[in-house]
Amino acid sequence: MSHNLPADLRYTKSHEWVRQNPDGTVTIGITDHAQHALGDIVFAETPEVGRELAAGDACAVVESVKAASDVYAPVAGRVVAGNGALGDAPEKINTDPYGDGWLWQLAPADAAALGGLLDAGGYEKVLAESAE
Amino acid sequence: MHASTGAPAAPREPTIFELSRPGRRAEAQMPPRPTSNAVPESLRRRRRPMLPEVSELQAVRHYTRLSQLNFSIDTHFYPLGSCTMKYNPRGCNQYAMLPEFLARHPLAPESQGQGFLACMYELQEMLKEVTGMRGVSLTPMAGAQGEFAGVAMIRAYHHARGDHARNEIIVPEAAHGTNPATATMCGMKVIEIPVNADGDCDIEALRKVVGPRTAGIMLTNPSTLGVFERGIAHLRALVHDAGGLLYYDGANLNAILGKVRPGDMGFDVIHMNLHKTFSTPHGGGGPGAGAVGVGERLLPYLPIPVVGRDGERYRYLDERDLPASIGRLSGFMGNAGVLLRAYIYMRMVGREGMQRIGEFATLNANYLLARFKQEGFDPAYPHRRATHEFILTMKHAARDLGTTAMDFAKRLLDFGYHAPTTYFPLLVPECLLIEPTETEAKEALDGFVEAMVAIRKEATEDPARLKGAPYTLPVRRLDDVRAAKNLDLTWKPLA
Amino acid sequence: MAFIPHTSDDVREMLDAIGVGSIEDLFDEIPAALRCKPLDGIPPAASEMQIGRLMSERAALDGRPLNFIGAGAYEHHIPAAVWAITTRGEIYTAYTPYQAEASQGTLQTIYEFQTMMATLTGMNVSNASLYDGASALAEACLMAVRANRRSKSSRILMPRAVNPTWRKCVHAIADNQGLVFEEVPFDPASGQTVIDALAAYEGQDITAVVMQQPNFFGVLEDVDRATDWAHAHSALAIAAVNPTSLALLKPPGEWGEHGVDIAVGDGQPFGVPLSSGGPYFGFMTTRMEHVRQMPGRIVGRTLDLDGRPGYTLTLQAREQHIRRGKATSNICTNQGLLMTAATIYLAIVGAEGLERVAAASMERTAGLVAALETVPGVKAAFSGTRFHEALLRLDRPVGPVLEALARRGIAGGYDASRDYPELGHALLVCATETKTGADLEAFATALRAVLA
Repeated sequence: MSHNLPADLRYTKSHEWVRQNPDGTVTIGITDHAQHALGDIVFAETPEVGRELAAGDACAVVESVKAASDVYAPVAGRVVAGNGALGDAPEKINTDPYGDGWLWQLAPADAAALGGLLDAGGYEKVLAESAE
Repeated sequence: MHASTGAPAAPREPTIFELSRPGRRAEAQMPPRPTSNAVPESLRRRRRPMLPEVSELQAVRHYTRLSQLNFSIDTHFYPLGSCTMKYNPRGCNQYAMLPEFLARHPLAPESQGQGFLACMYELQEMLKEVTGMRGVSLTPMAGAQGEFAGVAMIRAYHHARGDHARNEIIVPEAAHGTNPATATMCGMKVIEIPVNADGDCDIEALRKVVGPRTAGIMLTNPSTLGVFERGIAHLRALVHDAGGLLYYDGANLNAILGKVRPGDMGFDVIHMNLHKTFSTPHGGGGPGAGAVGVGERLLPYLPIPVVGRDGERYRYLDERDLPASIGRLSGFMGNAGVLLRAYIYMRMVGREGMQRIGEFATLNANYLLARFKQEGFDPAYPHRRATHEFILTMKHAARDLGTTAMDFAKRLLDFGYHAPTTYFPLLVPECLLIEPTETEAKEALDGFVEAMVAIRKEATEDPARLKGAPYTLPVRRLDDVRAAKNLDLTWKPLA
Repeated sequence: MAFIPHTSDDVREMLDAIGVGSIEDLFDEIPAALRCKPLDGIPPAASEMQIGRLMSERAALDGRPLNFIGAGAYEHHIPAAVWAITTRGEIYTAYTPYQAEASQGTLQTIYEFQTMMATLTGMNVSNASLYDGASALAEACLMAVRANRRSKSSRILMPRAVNPTWRKCVHAIADNQGLVFEEVPFDPASGQTVIDALAAYEGQDITAVVMQQPNFFGVLEDVDRATDWAHAHSALAIAAVNPTSLALLKPPGEWGEHGVDIAVGDGQPFGVPLSSGGPYFGFMTTRMEHVRQMPGRIVGRTLDLDGRPGYTLTLQAREQHIRRGKATSNICTNQGLLMTAATIYLAIVGAEGLERVAAASMERTAGLVAALETVPGVKAAFSGTRFHEALLRLDRPVGPVLEALARRGIAGGYDASRDYPELGHALLVCATETKTGADLEAFATALRAVLA
């Protein structure tokens, strides 16, 4: 099974993706695999702007009819934006998980922490293992 | 057995609000309007609530018609696994609704309640006997509240011993979702352990997680997988030796009624679902009753009130009698009217009948399972005896035909059978959890098997037919995504 | 064999199909050491005729006293149609409506109920019921902790004038999650909660403020000020209300400038018999913005495959069967049958009937207080405006007085002195629309005789 895993992103075992922005912030969302597993998404809740997150904090929720999933902060930092457009159109997470379906943006406390995340190949391995 | 096809849809029953006309009312049901209104101006309601204005006949007809859109035990075979949809004897309802019982205020003096309290006391005694526990409190209002009481008692027990480190509750992954939800509600941390391929708890996994932080373990036995937990004695020793307590989720008590008692298995606390095992009605989603039973160690912590007896007189035991109680879980003593129904049921079934319940519930489940095996369906645990329920997995149909367990469930409705429980427990793919109960006759079971066989034939010949089911009910399959996205939770008049 | 249909031929055929010799063989996976002995503590089976006789005798022991007790459960007229319909098998013996297509009756009833409770309380959304009023208040407090993201303290201000049993229940349920409750006093002259006492919490992190309307003493509270205080201090406002009173009183959704955040109560007055304390049902309504924090089942209207409207359980991702340890509550089974009775009750009495019931009850209680105050040794305790209950002070301990009244066939009220020792010999009485002038006189006459 092939996965849609853009090579320019970083990933977590808990199925978040992270994009580094030119201004030093990062954008975070859930992977194509995760949105598939959840099914039609009906609601998303993003963290409040200004909130300080520790790595691994459950800070967002993505909900389908049959499941609700916490989304975790991949790295520590301060929330600088949430994707307000998801309020009216949570299905963007299904249709464009790496684009319009982003969840929130973060100013990382330590940019080096990003180095500890998975690359596309590493995440693909995680998916392959869990499929067994 | 013929499923009708494409019958014309019945006209939609409008909401009661659409039947409303300004000024219409059921005059016989209201007192005359008083002349005074002593409510201070600042606290008065300014706009009337939008309640319907209908005649008594309109209301009666509307809700009677709505009732006719339901499946129920009284109208359909209802093999809903883990729910024990057995016959609810009408006599239980009639005698629980005697006018004196209905009119009795919960705070009326005990001298004006000796009849009611005698029933409650005897019910406690009978529940102690069938479960092998030392004390019973009837107050929890549903299974989930019984679970809450149970975990709260475990917590109180450890705290009373000065042991505040025990904040973990172990739950098998197959457990009902209420178990972990309850543990969280009690401020506990949930530790899940796996079950092995035969459906028994993974003892090695348990051994790894028990320890000085273990408050207790929550178990259903027979488990939600429809099999008896054979390692129970071993499991008990492991948890007790580590200082934890054992909690019995009584969801499946019907299977072992009169055969095995949770107290004899070594459980410290249990809740019973009186609306399952003791046949009080489900009422379209309650009321339930989740009485709890405890062993010696947890006696002081029972939720209050409990009914006690001083000589010939019955009275409530409260904070003064049980100062270490976990307290009150309801405004009075829980779902008293439900408890009366359970009492009447137990008296009608009696000593020997109680044992036959477990026997015939098990006979019916094993017969159904045998018939399904004969017809080539796949049990999830083919090498195990069924208890009062069992699981079929439809994974082969899903893989080969693209028809899911849900498609079978929906098509069964067209054949006049309520669907089994679908997609629970989560760890068996495409599962149907089937519980026939002891009150169904062999003919009903045979009919159900025939319907499943016919549906499987349809699935091979025309899978799309299943995907579109049901066809003969008041509505076809509903759009759950739309329901959750465009929330329409109250009726609003057209502007 | 009570309720078991099997003939001996059936049993033989079934055992043959399974391939075992006896029913006993089906239990061969259960360790022999665990098998139980005969259940000698259970009486032998009784026929319906026998049990009917026994229950009738037991009911007769309870009698039918003339009831003047309220204190959280209220005797109102129940139209005969309510329970004639509610006990139809299609309602009484249905399960939770998980199979929506086979449960449209139950689901539409819940949708109508949600609409009725929302309009009565002046809020946006309602759930499909909770267990009872006391546990609903506990759930409201837990919900406030989840919903008030600005507060980290889990501290809730709880007036002493809130039903004392409800407060105990809230403690039993919510203390486990570390909630802290601060008691707000009442004014001994008026019986109203002292809103000025909230000033003691200025500048502190408070999660929510609870107000009961009317309060346990039947006295009407200054709910506007309390609600505004809560909102001015980043706290949520929780209303606990008597549902009948909502026909006359400003609904929680209109308290203060912005209305409350969560409203709860016990729905028993809507068509549910007193029945020794249950089954009743709790209700909960809230604002749309908090709907995902609300516990309990919720029904939504949607469309089916053919585009026709239909009803289904929705927002289930909040619930235990999906969220497990992270659910909003562990509640699953609620009080569906009682919710059904209440919906039918409200459909029949309507806004006009409910207003009359509320106003008549208020008037009867005023009449009762006037009648009882003519008895030497009896005085009304509070000056605040009452709804349909009143706290009286007697010149002697209440317990023996109630026992003496019971012997005269009168359930004369609730002895509040244990819950409120500071009030002395306190008796809480209630008269609803069910009581006639002659009933009030009978109570006064009996009390005069008892106190003489």
